[in-house]
Amino acid sequence: MSLQPILASLRHHKLTALLLTLQVAFTCAIVCNVAFMIAGRVSQLTVPSGLAEDELSMVRVVGTTPGENGAQRQRVDLDALRALPGVTSVVAVDALPLSRDNSTYGTCASREAYEQAVAARSMEGNPGCVQPSVYSGSPGVLPTLGLKLASGRDFLADEYVQAEPGWIVAEVPAAIITRELAERLYHGEDPLGRELFMGGRPPMRVVGVVDTLLRPALRSPSTNQYAMLLPSIPGDTEATYVLRSAPTARETVLKRAVDTLNRLDPSRLIPPSGIRTYAQLRASYFQRDTTMIGLLLAAAAGLLFVTALGITGLANFWVQQRTRSIGIRRAIGATRRDILRYFQAENFLIVGAGIVLGMVLAFVLNALLMQRYELPRLPVRYLPVGALVLWLLGQLAVLGPARRASRVPPVVATRGV
Amino acid sequence: MLAYYLDLALRSLRRNKVLTALMVLAIGLGIGASMTMITVLHVMTDDPMPGRSGRLFAPHLDPLPLDYRKSADAPDPAVNFTWPDAKALLDAHKATRQAAMAGGSLLLRPEQGGLRPFTVDGRYATADFFAMFGVPFERGQGWSVADEAARARVVVLSDTLSRKLFGSADSLGRSVRLDEHDFRVIGVVADWAPQPMFYADASGKRYGRSDEFFLPLETAIDLRLDGNGNFSSWGKDSAEGRQTSATTSWLQFWVQLDSAGQIDAYRDFLRDYAARQKALGRFQQPPETADVFGLMDWLARQDLVPGDVNLQLWLALGFLLVCMTNIVALLLAKFLRRSGEISVRRALGARRRDIFLQLGVESAVIGVAGGVLGLLIAQLGLWSVRRRPDDYAQLAQMDPAMLLGTVALAIVASVLAGLLPAWRACRVTPALQLKTL
Repeated sequence: MSLQPILASLRHHKLTALLLTLQVAFTCAIVCNVAFMIAGRVSQLTVPSGLAEDELSMVRVVGTTPGENGAQRQRVDLDALRALPGVTSVVAVDALPLSRDNSTYGTCASREAYEQAVAARSMEGNPGCVQPSVYSGSPGVLPTLGLKLASGRDFLADEYVQAEPGWIVAEVPAAIITRELAERLYHGEDPLGRELFMGGRPPMRVVGVVDTLLRPALRSPSTNQYAMLLPSIPGDTEATYVLRSAPTARETVLKRAVDTLNRLDPSRLIPPSGIRTYAQLRASYFQRDTTMIGLLLAAAAGLLFVTALGITGLANFWVQQRTRSIGIRRAIGATRRDILRYFQAENFLIVGAGIVLGMVLAFVLNALLMQRYELPRLPVRYLPVGALVLWLLGQLAVLGPARRASRVPPVVATRGV
Repeated sequence: MLAYYLDLALRSLRRNKVLTALMVLAIGLGIGASMTMITVLHVMTDDPMPGRSGRLFAPHLDPLPLDYRKSADAPDPAVNFTWPDAKALLDAHKATRQAAMAGGSLLLRPEQGGLRPFTVDGRYATADFFAMFGVPFERGQGWSVADEAARARVVVLSDTLSRKLFGSADSLGRSVRLDEHDFRVIGVVADWAPQPMFYADASGKRYGRSDEFFLPLETAIDLRLDGNGNFSSWGKDSAEGRQTSATTSWLQFWVQLDSAGQIDAYRDFLRDYAARQKALGRFQQPPETADVFGLMDWLARQDLVPGDVNLQLWLALGFLLVCMTNIVALLLAKFLRRSGEISVRRALGARRRDIFLQLGVESAVIGVAGGVLGLLIAQLGLWSVRRRPDDYAQLAQMDPAMLLGTVALAIVASVLAGLLPAWRACRVTPALQLKTL
């Protein structure tokens, strides 16, 4: 089939065809970028924390009795919680991955590097120093959270130190760090047994390495795993108790834990927002991203819908307008199939032109977004997928009008309009 | 004539119902999405103090050392004031009114039976706070400068908190236990919540909250009550002395200036102060960094609108653009199909201008219908925004101006969309068309 007559007829409808091309181009550019943003957000949602997420629930308590002995209170609480039916283990921690309460400390692989960093008043640009997030927890924190050791060992019972009230991490002899933090600090050498200098304290020794332990608040993918766990028992009257239980028992365990804690100290505060399963914590951390994914999906669907409507509407017009010429073509021997093909090919050309223009626009739009919102570059693989989707959409949208055109009887040619 | 055109437009639109519905739907979706986001942006950047914002100013001093490295992740410490700087500006009395303030969350232990301890958010402020911001008192009054100097243990409650603690009884003179200290209630203010909460610390939540109590700043410092904003230190400060340290910023400072001359004089005063501090060796930055900003200007510099909201606005506008292109193409096809009819009117004496007007009216009719649909869609969109847990979500409501704006935008958009097709259609050569009829 020759494209010659199609091009000739499009020349008569230059402006309309151009507008449709533009619409397809805008849609292609926006939908490609939107799809890319959706993929980016989805990959964030599913970032692993390193914890046994399905089995954890938390209760945050704030003691209000003046001059209370937080450490003593905590021991009583932990014993009572451990005795609850359904609870496998329980620990007190100061923060958790994605809990947002981020404490970071300047940490160096050697004393020299630490002194350099102090002199320069910055950890940045120093190959032996970094600013990791620090987690502290009561005895049993590693197995309770479900962290997987890649090498080394868990903390020994005598390595745990009670911290002073006021959120300050105790001076501890040992640390467990993530694989990525080990790589950043020791550059490929075996981290086990190495010294770690944190904020002017006596050096700690690296006793274990875990594969994954996410920070409490995410920044960039390359630094999200810079975290370490210390055997420092939280010493404040404010603490988060992490309960491990079977996934199905989480709700009942939480309820029982709150009742028990209220009974032990009726004057303390247990904010409702602090009573939650880890799944709820994750959902609340990523709530904005989930909303955004929904909006982006709706926008992409809306755009494709409006474009499909536009194609159908315009094709309908053209079929009505050309009824007579279709009749003439049929009368001189064109088959129904030829007419159908004619409209399909015409649509393919217009959408194709739109896609070519749209790809250029997609990269322009991406460049703008990269500037304003620090988005990464649009990978090329999105373009053929976007093109295919729009071509399919175009063909689907034109199918109805094209079939109506193919049913125009040849006898129309002999009548007036 | 317009009535006739309106009749013609309605007849034409009725002739092809599916297509008309399609165009109305397209413009409604585009307008609805755009207006949802424009409304969200509008309420987030609205004037928090209509009528007063023109006289409120935020002074700015930069006490940071020259080699201080600002981090992209942490708030800029120079946005807030240190206590010694705030005290110096307060004592200088160079503005009509001036106040230093900071936010605080305190544990409130009710003496009334049945209520458990709970935390309340409020503000530590100096005496001019109430008069400068026009905080409406229901009963009693604020504290005086003398109370402040005496470190008086007095508190002003919001109406909501007063009712929660004392019911409908008069709370003046009653005692409230905050963070293990007893305060005497000297005033109750009507619930007062400027949005955004411009006078709060820039790093915290700025929308959807209000202060439940107010107490004198010097009393708070004296009792070492904790602040809940950002404390930034650039010296070697201990946790105990940080509130009064000259190298820890944590206070917000606002002044009332009534004339252009006063603004200039205040700026000179600030630069003078910075120069003196530099001569003393306390400041290192050039004195020209000291400045004074108007309220709206100050808010604009603080990036109150999250990146996601901006992105959503651009997305909505992009969507509107595609919808508009769609309508231009459909109107063009529709108008050109009526070349015969137009030619007959032209041959009977209608001028191009008349044809243009007739087709313009038809576009506008689509615009009005699209605007009404857009309004409904925008209400649906705003309802879904209000269901988000973000701090600004509750504010997402349309005021009458925005309602009118929506319909106006829809009509402008559709008339604009109709311009090109109408212009193209009124240039049809009547003779050529009439021959083929």
